[in-house]
Amino acid sequence: MKTLLKGSLLRRLPIPPKNQPVGGQAPVVQRIRLRYAKRGPLRFTSHRDFARAFERALRRATVPIAFSQGFTPHPKISYASAAPTGVGSEAEYLEIGLQAPVDPEELRVALDAALSPGLDVLEAVIAGGGSLADRIDASHWRIELPEVEPAVAEKAVAAFLGSSEVLVERMTKQGRRSFDARAAVTRCEVTHEPDLPSGAVAVPCAIIDLVVRQVTPAVRPDDVLSGLRVVAGLEPPVPPRVTRLAQGTLTAQGEIVDPLDADRVDVGIGER
Amino acid sequence: MSVSSVFPQLEQLLPRVSKPIQYVGGELGVVVKDWDATVVRWALMYPDAYEVGLPNQGVQILYEVLNEQEDVLAERTYSVWPDLEALMKENGVPQFTVDAHRPVKAFDVFGLSFATELGYTNMLSALDLAGIPLDSADRDENHPIVLAGGHASFNPEPIADFIDAAVLGDGEEAVLEITGIIRDWKAEGRPGGRDELLLRLARTESIYVPRFYDVDYLPDGRIQRVVPNRPDVPFRVAKRTTMDLDAWPYPKKPLVPLAETVHERYAVEIFRGCTRGCRFCQAGMITRPVRERSITTVGQMVKEGLEFSGYSEVGLLSLSSADHSEIGDMCSGLAEQYADTNVSLSLPSTRVDAFNIDLAQELSRNGRRTGLTFAPEGGSERIRKVINKMVTKEDLIRTVVTAYSNGWRQVKLYFMCGLPTETDEDVLEIAHMAHEVIRAGREAAGTKDIRCTVSIGGFVPKPHTPFQWASMERPEVIDARLRMLKNEINSDRSLGRAIGFRYHDGEPSLIEGLLSRGDRRVGKVIRRVWEKGGRFDGWSEHFSYSRWVEASTEVLPEYGVDLDWFTTREREELEVLPWDHLDSGLDKDWLWQDWQDSLSEYEQDDCRWTPCFDCGVCPAMDTEIQIGPTGKKLLPLTPVNRLTAPPAALDLNENPSQRVPA
Repeated sequence: MKTLLKGSLLRRLPIPPKNQPVGGQAPVVQRIRLRYAKRGPLRFTSHRDFARAFERALRRATVPIAFSQGFTPHPKISYASAAPTGVGSEAEYLEIGLQAPVDPEELRVALDAALSPGLDVLEAVIAGGGSLADRIDASHWRIELPEVEPAVAEKAVAAFLGSSEVLVERMTKQGRRSFDARAAVTRCEVTHEPDLPSGAVAVPCAIIDLVVRQVTPAVRPDDVLSGLRVVAGLEPPVPPRVTRLAQGTLTAQGEIVDPLDADRVDVGIGER
Repeated sequence: MSVSSVFPQLEQLLPRVSKPIQYVGGELGVVVKDWDATVVRWALMYPDAYEVGLPNQGVQILYEVLNEQEDVLAERTYSVWPDLEALMKENGVPQFTVDAHRPVKAFDVFGLSFATELGYTNMLSALDLAGIPLDSADRDENHPIVLAGGHASFNPEPIADFIDAAVLGDGEEAVLEITGIIRDWKAEGRPGGRDELLLRLARTESIYVPRFYDVDYLPDGRIQRVVPNRPDVPFRVAKRTTMDLDAWPYPKKPLVPLAETVHERYAVEIFRGCTRGCRFCQAGMITRPVRERSITTVGQMVKEGLEFSGYSEVGLLSLSSADHSEIGDMCSGLAEQYADTNVSLSLPSTRVDAFNIDLAQELSRNGRRTGLTFAPEGGSERIRKVINKMVTKEDLIRTVVTAYSNGWRQVKLYFMCGLPTETDEDVLEIAHMAHEVIRAGREAAGTKDIRCTVSIGGFVPKPHTPFQWASMERPEVIDARLRMLKNEINSDRSLGRAIGFRYHDGEPSLIEGLLSRGDRRVGKVIRRVWEKGGRFDGWSEHFSYSRWVEASTEVLPEYGVDLDWFTTREREELEVLPWDHLDSGLDKDWLWQDWQDSLSEYEQDDCRWTPCFDCGVCPAMDTEIQIGPTGKKLLPLTPVNRLTAPPAALDLNENPSQRVPA
């Protein structure tokens, strides 16, 4: 460890030659969890696209990332469930394993600068115990429906919530599947449109505030929109704009707990 | 007049198309400038899909060179796939740049880089979507100058109706000169309009403006002459040559895409030009002389390029990378510098000799063993003499066996089919060579677990090469030879199992041949094909041979010629070729002599190591060979530290004294 740290950071990213015995990778000494956003035009970045960009960002920022053992070592990155391509997000999560400790805020700033604007790293905390995935069982979404009257959307939402089951279809890897989009939805409300700047032409825009539990097969905002079409014939004239606002643990009160909260508590204890 | 982004309209369409990220921009290295703060504005296009076009070196270099000028703005545009094209037409969204989503029509120059002629139909789609008239003659001052570059522009006659001008050769200095001409013309209040601007470009004697030249034909369909139709333009237009590549170390800030593209690596051109003299190779003929980039500049570019991009692969590019005078030191120096990192180095290895294996060993020191590719190009000794690919069967076997005994399990061998004077026997020799490779390889490696892939490309005669006079073989003959070859490879089951066979049908090559050696009459075929829906002709799933045959049959008889006339017909010495007025520097008499030498199987050596053989380029273009060695070496890299360790209180695993200094 000592010699590694004294060398350049580039030299802290080793892959051993293949003819060397397996097991030469530096161990993980620190895990960091990140919250990042996919914003504006870059919401069209697919998960695979993001993963490639993130690995390049680790190198640009000379992050001492740890690698897996084996013949094709991979950087230690694990992603929590990623938002669909085309959907914006303020709450994507991942965890990285490092072979040398770094200051989380410095890491956040460096990674954010190394990624294109629109892929923004918002928070970094040292991981406490547990796994990220165990702390995420629901998502909070915002669906904007330009050119849809809020009253029309409200009627459709009421019909949706009034049904005990709403069957929708989607193409999955296993082919076309039919499943219930209703049961996983714990909140679905039409909120008022934000105040328009004075002088702006008022185009109606219904906004749906949606909380969905993680189930299998996953119920995505698309599926809820399909459900609104099924129960009430709601056909948005222009493509809806969807943003994930949060994901985390769903409480009995219907609120979502930030999955990094527990890590912040752990760190707090360590500091004392 | 400011120009607004079309992104709000485009954004509505993106959820409905495949891989929307390719239309969004947002790459590292992207430059977005204030429209009104600039004077000369370029839209650069690589007329193929984003995944192919984005990594293109030429476009990246020109993008950076232009944007470094304060009053110049350059943005990029690529071909949109048919799904988005249909939606854009339906919704009135014009061809846009990915940088700031500005409409292409608003720019001063619409510059297209044609690496291949198969991009011609895509140019028409882009012009159409942009709202720019397809015919140069129908454009006015509100339209950009449509400018062609790239290797295909050494015969732009098939697209002469559609472009306003073409640049032959290296673009770095040309784009700046063109920018200067446009800047002055605008500053003077655009005197004489579009015509005057084109005239100023033509007067440089290195920018070809097709409308200033008339083509006359003989009764039998051949060209009688190509002459200027006004007094103040040159009879011949010369190619550009950038000398001293060290002075042009681009790309410095490569564009790194979010979308997946065909190459994900930092590519640096280690030299330009090639005098190996392979007679089929247009690139080698039109880029002479050889100009090396020095080992130290390459080292500096790799260092900065990797730091900027975050790529973990470096490509050392050129037409024959192992020929760099300091390739050994360059590879070992880079391998040393990046020894403890996950950076891998690759070079397109085409030379068939043991030296190449040494290099490959060097490059795979960090564990990643990329495939080895060798290009004997011809199956028999005889045909290799015809094409001037000076390599013996013994060389090849020895080289490949060295690779197998050094641990490689897979090599790829590249050949061409349809070469001049080729017989069935020449092609069958490919199978025999592959058999011998496997047989010798198994023995050397001591295992049966080795493979080789035989990959066959169709020969296309190209302008400015000794084969510019040659006839093409008919597609059915090519296809029959390939079937025969396949059977021959599999005639020995044990050996055949270890040999992969990849090939292209003969039909696309014939159409590429039509476009490569076509004249202005072929432009009518291109337009007809495009009107019938032809797009993305370089993609087998979009290419339609029957559409090209149909369009040729509809259009060409009017001129007394046909598809065969352009492709399978051998030309005579004195025939005026459509590109004779475009000067690559190669002496036409020398090319003819080399064609005759080819037929008598006489080989021509490389002028880097033997006396000048008078191809004509250096004196005509006032250039000279620029090669090393410089004798310099790559030094160890200085450490780069950006992140510090956390404060001691949080540092549970480390002693603070070991922390990296900030």
